[in-house]
Amino acid sequence: MIVADRKSLEEILSMVETDKKILVVGCKGCVTVCNVGGAKEVEVLASALKIARKKAENELEIDTHVLERQCDNEYVSQLGDTVGDYDAVVSMACGVGPQFLSEMYREQVFYPAVNTTFFGGATQHGVWEERCAGCGTCGIHLFGGICPIARCAKSLLHGPCGGSSNGACEVNKDTECIWDTIVKKKMEQGKVDDLLAVKGFKDWRSARDGGPRRSIREELVEGNI
Amino acid sequence: MSEFKSGSNLEKILKAGHFAFTGECGPPKGANVAHLKEKFQYLKGNVDAVNMTDNQTAVVRMSSLAGSALLFQEGLEPNFQMVCRDRNRLAMMADILGAYALGVRNMLCLSGDHQTFGNHPQAKNVHCIDSMQLIAMVKKMRDEEKFLNEEDIDVAPKMFVGAACNPFADPYEYRVHRLASKIDAGADFIQTQCIFNMEKFRDFMKMTVDMGLHEKCYILAGVTPMKNAGMANFMKKFVPGMDIPDELIKRLKSVDKKEQAEEGIKFALEQIEEFKEMEGVAGVHLMAIEWEQRVPEIAERANVLPRPQVD
Repeated sequence: MIVADRKSLEEILSMVETDKKILVVGCKGCVTVCNVGGAKEVEVLASALKIARKKAENELEIDTHVLERQCDNEYVSQLGDTVGDYDAVVSMACGVGPQFLSEMYREQVFYPAVNTTFFGGATQHGVWEERCAGCGTCGIHLFGGICPIARCAKSLLHGPCGGSSNGACEVNKDTECIWDTIVKKKMEQGKVDDLLAVKGFKDWRSARDGGPRRSIREELVEGNI
Repeated sequence: MSEFKSGSNLEKILKAGHFAFTGECGPPKGANVAHLKEKFQYLKGNVDAVNMTDNQTAVVRMSSLAGSALLFQEGLEPNFQMVCRDRNRLAMMADILGAYALGVRNMLCLSGDHQTFGNHPQAKNVHCIDSMQLIAMVKKMRDEEKFLNEEDIDVAPKMFVGAACNPFADPYEYRVHRLASKIDAGADFIQTQCIFNMEKFRDFMKMTVDMGLHEKCYILAGVTPMKNAGMANFMKKFVPGMDIPDELIKRLKSVDKKEQAEEGIKFALEQIEEFKEMEGVAGVHLMAIEWEQRVPEIAERANVLPRPQVD
């Protein structure tokens, strides 16, 4: 899923500084799963904003709403009747949400309340870790099912650099050296030879480097499925 | 057709079977050419080639390409270091051509310390290709005379291709395999990370020799003389991938503070003597970090002078 962190209350307050009436919109997709922008977090943020503004003797009227998904125009259109009633709208979805909202409602201002961080999952309650860099050409099977593009600080494809120490990355002792993990897994399996050949030069066009990406599935576009 | 891949002095020395002795020089944090040239004088005639570091420890400095060109102008042989952190493949190939045009004949291909260590931790890191692929790319440009896209190069850069090896990083058992991969990718010579743990290095070289890697590539052992016990402590704590045994720190501390530099040099000289005899070691790479002025004395006391001339 897409993982995000909520922005600080101060930053969000500064965004809506001149507004008197706002809507806070959550999303039931990834940000609900990573506990940052679902129904519960929408109410928490709305309360916190109200209290802060009341304390500053500049009260803020806030309504809340949670869409099924903010990355889907079918759901985004559900705000059509009310979106114009507000000075601004704060979106708690990933970076995709406020863009879909902005594209549909061109006159309204949408503020992002979260920082979208990575594609990953929860490794324990309250801890999420990056697993994918969305490079567009998946080759995790070449590395024991582990992605060094996303998980090595240097995206190395041929083993751990000279800074790998006791299983930790040179960047941060709390960060796993993913190449240590890949190598140990292959050694345990007696398949270390899998890692030794020099790999082809990666074609980064499939990643963000090739420009904004688009995925077209003709059969769906044509309405056959 | 030349019998040499690059015709560099370093290549000729190694091919002739001499024990190589290379040095290192960090470019200035500025355009202070006078200071750089002063450092060159300590290295001239005392080493076979001089590594010009590339934004080492991710601290921005004069470019290694410019530093290498200045070395060449001053009559020293550069070993142009290039890291994968700061350039994509276009910039790398362009700089390789530029370096060759300016007289550079040796390169050292490196990943590069992560930018968070340096003085611009906000920077984007590139890593368009990794160090293994950089080795393969420089070899391809030399041997096939082609760019990565298979287009022909009009006057190809004939580089003697170097790579690094850190036997002291983890996982240890994999290090010799990574070395083998670098040799397969096209490394002609290897310069190791600074060696302090001799016991571990002996073991590493035994594995290297058992795999026959020393016959496919020249391996230069990395030596850094310690200036004092404080430097040893600092490196142990803060420099990634360093293995500094407590006995060495104890040895440095056992003498008066004023004598610690001499003790550090003595240890380095003992190491060099052992490397001269160690199977599979083809030379020493002396990294006298901001201590270039001691290189003439170290070379003299290590009995590696005069440096051989090979035509």
